[in-house]
Amino acid sequence: MQALTNRAKPVDRSPLSFTDKLYVPAIAKGMWITLKHLFKRKATVAFPEQRRQFSPVFRGLHVLNRDEEGRERCTACGLCAVACPAEAITMEAAERKPGEEHLYREEKYAARYEINMLRCIFCGFCEEACPKDAIYMSETFAPSNYQRKGFIYGKPDLLIPDPKQQSK
Amino acid sequence: MAEEKKLFKVKIDNISVEVEPGTTILNAARSIGGDVVPPAMCYYSKLQGSGGKCRTCLVKVTKGSEADPRPMPKLVASCRTTVMDGMEVANITSPEVQEARKGVVEFLLLNHPLDCPVCDQAGECDLQNLSYEHGAEATRYEFKRRTFDKIDIGDKIQLHMTRCILCYRCVFTADQLTEKREHGILGRGDASEISTYIHQSLDNNFIGNVIDVCPVGALTDKTFRFKNRVWFLKPVDAHRHCDDPKCCGKTVLWMRGDEVFRVTARKDKYGEVEDFICDTCRFDKKEKSDWIIEGPRKIDRHSVISQGHYVNTVKPKDPLVEVLDGRQPKLLFDIHSTSEVNRPEIDLSKIEGPAHSDDFNK
Repeated sequence: MQALTNRAKPVDRSPLSFTDKLYVPAIAKGMWITLKHLFKRKATVAFPEQRRQFSPVFRGLHVLNRDEEGRERCTACGLCAVACPAEAITMEAAERKPGEEHLYREEKYAARYEINMLRCIFCGFCEEACPKDAIYMSETFAPSNYQRKGFIYGKPDLLIPDPKQQSK
Repeated sequence: MAEEKKLFKVKIDNISVEVEPGTTILNAARSIGGDVVPPAMCYYSKLQGSGGKCRTCLVKVTKGSEADPRPMPKLVASCRTTVMDGMEVANITSPEVQEARKGVVEFLLLNHPLDCPVCDQAGECDLQNLSYEHGAEATRYEFKRRTFDKIDIGDKIQLHMTRCILCYRCVFTADQLTEKREHGILGRGDASEISTYIHQSLDNNFIGNVIDVCPVGALTDKTFRFKNRVWFLKPVDAHRHCDDPKCCGKTVLWMRGDEVFRVTARKDKYGEVEDFICDTCRFDKKEKSDWIIEGPRKIDRHSVISQGHYVNTVKPKDPLVEVLDGRQPKLLFDIHSTSEVNRPEIDLSKIEGPAHSDDFNK
């Protein structure tokens, strides 16, 4: 068969010599490599006590933003959903009723807003597409879960807390 | 012997075409088709008297006619100017026209609220397309945009006066299609607005066509209001036998799954409806069983509505069923068990008017 690359090495199938049969030198060689690594810099961190610094452009878990008065910014325009290459975002819109002006910024709002974190690829297109500065990607990642149903994020999971209620 | 009609020879952007006398430059350009057709916001070939208001169809006449070859001193509105023999017109080849059109778009957008994220017309809006193709990226207007007191014009049609560009298409529609026109343009200049004068609802038959002729989102379907974005719906051609002799019954259904969200007339490539439909077809027939579906509607691939619509796709054979001796693979997770969106007990298309918070909190 023709080789795909010229880096392939034929396997050495010659019978073992006497030193090879002793095995001890090979084991000692392996232990030496292990010992060397004990004093090298570690590649891992002790998560969660220690955390790596994220880059400033890190795209993590989504949040739905509110304005200064605590009203939801999202108007369910559907641009994030149409931009989403993984089709992870779905929503249903509703009209704001009189008396709900303190809850929603515009006359139309997202009554339901869902991101399927199993589908999401964290590309950040939704954030870029949003004309209302409503969806942002934060600097944390989605927590792990034992079940798939925990990864369907609805509005209660995504909305940031109301700044007015927090100050009280 | 039939008298041979003399045809006028016109050159539009160096493309020659022969048209009948009395044809407007716009229609001569449309008989050529393609890029040389000037955009039109107010002209509507199916409505008599329309045109001459928005000035987006401005063109330059570089040669008046064979008899008088002088160019016209100013840009002319091509929907209102008839051709002359030997006329030469520059549309896309004239930088002056392009510059003027950019200015016209800026004027049209002066008072436009740009609430496209809220507007139901977004995605199929003529003004959106026009400003995308011809407009500047920013406005120089510094003052407050005009606002109006909201008026209710019935339970089928929603009026957003702030979005109106005063093209008068809906006025002509009401005049020429319905038995009695109940709305019109009140006031003058900056204060002119679409209104019914004494508040009444528009409910003459065929009045629903004002939704289709409106080039912006000023008149939208209230039964479809905020239900879905047009680009998430699937347009299919459908027809039904309509009792109304004036109605053709040929429509486009905007569907999602088996739900009919909206019914509109079929629009051609210039955004004009092919045939007007009656209000029964438009507002009351929201069941799939009311219609005979012909097939998916062809949508221009540059339109956002065509997103996610794949043509001529071949579904590959699923080998898993064969391997598993006919057993279906085990479904590990049914999205509907958790998802709050698309609940089977809430049929958005069945709700009268827009959905509200109490529709979702049942």
